Amino acid sequence: MSVELVTTEANREDRDALAASPLAVRGLTVSYGEKPAVFSLDATFEQGAMTAIIGPNGAGKSTMLKAALGIVKPVSGQVTAWGEDLEEMRARIAYVPQRATVDWDFPARVLDVVMMGQYRKLGLLGRVKTKHMQTALHCLERVGMDGFADRQIGQLSGGQQQRVFLARALAQDAELYLLDEPFAGVDAATETAIISVLKDLRGLEKTVVAVHHDLSTVAEYFDRVFIISTSKVAEGAVADAFTQSNLQKAYGGRLATAQMGALG
Amino acid sequence: MIWDALTLQLGYNATLVTIGAALLGMAAGATGTFLFLGKRALVSDAISHATLPGVALAFVVMVALGGDGRALPGLLVGSALSAAVGLLCVSALTNRTRLSEDAAIGAVLSVFFGFGIVLLTVIQSMNSGRQAGLESFLLGSTAGMLWQDAMVIASGGAIVLLLVAAFRRPMTMVAFDRVFAASLAMNVPRVELAMMGLALAITVVGLKVVGLILIVALLIIPAVAARFWTDRVGHVVISAGLIGAVSGYAGAAVSATAPALPTGPIIVLVAFALFILSLLTAPNRGVFAVVLRHRRFRARVHVRQGLLALAQGQPIYEGLTLRLMRRRGLIRADGVATELGRTQAGKALRDERRWQLLRSDPAYEEAAASYDGLTPLDDVLTPDQLGALDRELQPKGVF
Repeated sequence: MSVELVTTEANREDRDALAASPLAVRGLTVSYGEKPAVFSLDATFEQGAMTAIIGPNGAGKSTMLKAALGIVKPVSGQVTAWGEDLEEMRARIAYVPQRATVDWDFPARVLDVVMMGQYRKLGLLGRVKTKHMQTALHCLERVGMDGFADRQIGQLSGGQQQRVFLARALAQDAELYLLDEPFAGVDAATETAIISVLKDLRGLEKTVVAVHHDLSTVAEYFDRVFIISTSKVAEGAVADAFTQSNLQKAYGGRLATAQMGALG
Repeated sequence: MIWDALTLQLGYNATLVTIGAALLGMAAGATGTFLFLGKRALVSDAISHATLPGVALAFVVMVALGGDGRALPGLLVGSALSAAVGLLCVSALTNRTRLSEDAAIGAVLSVFFGFGIVLLTVIQSMNSGRQAGLESFLLGSTAGMLWQDAMVIASGGAIVLLLVAAFRRPMTMVAFDRVFAASLAMNVPRVELAMMGLALAITVVGLKVVGLILIVALLIIPAVAARFWTDRVGHVVISAGLIGAVSGYAGAAVSATAPALPTGPIIVLVAFALFILSLLTAPNRGVFAVVLRHRRFRARVHVRQGLLALAQGQPIYEGLTLRLMRRRGLIRADGVATELGRTQAGKALRDERRWQLLRSDPAYEEAAASYDGLTPLDDVLTPDQLGALDRELQPKGVF
């Protein structure tokens, strides 16, 4: 039996899809040790949409994002941004890591952290000018943290830390925003503030991709889902891909009936 | 004599050495801040111990080539090379095997140092080795230091200081959030290597004055001490530089008055004294400030609980609560509430009831988050909001 090779027609179609997508991965495999955390992943995130990456714990959600950004080195696979090599497009991509990954007792003020988002503009030795400060202050305002600029970061609550991280990403003034669990362990006020910022970004034709763990809010917050369980389970509009059978495939027995209620 | 040394009146060479040590201390403090903040402080210990075989081998090579084995530039080059090998060993062991960094540091540090001691012993049995005085590199010495030696130390310190200033942004970002730094396509391993490279330069430059065993103290203690005083990276770097400079200056000056004293330990003791001072007396983070703040907080908790108990006619059992309330004139010696005590108890109870109401009302969700049992509601709400809240309380006849 012979395997049919990919036709040039299909090739061309995929190239068009890649060019239109702010972030796409093909055949991405990442491994810690010799057990792949994500295996042979194809993903095409849609321009101007809000996409949730969902899947059970340890399904490779964060790893996928980190590998797409080149923070973790994949074993195989290629990443393109707007059809180009990722490195060429870095300036147009902002990333919000999980807030638990840093030491919040670090000697910095809120403003200092947000200023880090402008590192690419400032470079090694560039002078910090009033306009850079104003950008940073404005970003804090957008996440509802005006008045916190001079606060020591160690004094912030979990939700405030998350908003500061979001403000730092806004200061990057990017086209594509990648967020790793932005709603994990935050208070209700922060969740509202973050989602309204993200929706504003979508209104500005920006693309948002977020690792998300709360199935009950997927339909309310996002346009599209990417369901992952080491390999891809489904990808598409919430109405098409966020189905009980797909979730069952990804979560298996771990999916509680209560969570299924979210599907309505 | 010590006063003469501190005011730089012990002659040209001693003065030069003292200024050199101050510059070295400043550069070490500033560099060490980034190691400390990036939680890589102990790597510098591996680097410094790994200099010893290089010093010894450089001596042997220079003698074999018919030169003066004690020429400082040659010894420093040798120490830098072997320290670099040690650093690469630590990084290879950490990155390519399952060993954790602390284990890699321990292994590299002891093996290199042991090898160096063996070489030193061999050199001392050589003819030209007896007067080499290489053991002064272990603990540092300003005795017999030449003008060129002092210049090497001063200019080395100054160059490192400039490099720290140039790389402060990437080093800060990597120390705070390496994942975010990597997302900006910053080469995180290379930034860390540069950071280690600066620590290596400090170690090599400081070899003669501080000695390889204690240079780690000059890298780390100033940063740790400075952290007590400020909450901003830039200020920590500058304060650490100042603390390092004072330590180097005072240590070298004292040691110049008594050439038999090794310089390194004295510099470290001065730095340690500044550290203790910071640990105890710094505002906010210092031990005294923390204890004081905790006692005030505890008093607030006890008084508030006591007042609420008074208002509700409950007995107070806790000795501390009774003592604090007596001292504030809220209750008499026999435990009965005074006039002041009754007024304040009434206020506390009303405040607590307002809070309960506010917290059950979703409209006040944001304000409710600041409930801690202590803060009066007046500090959280505007007078208008308070009025509205009270109107809700009134009809239920709470007051």
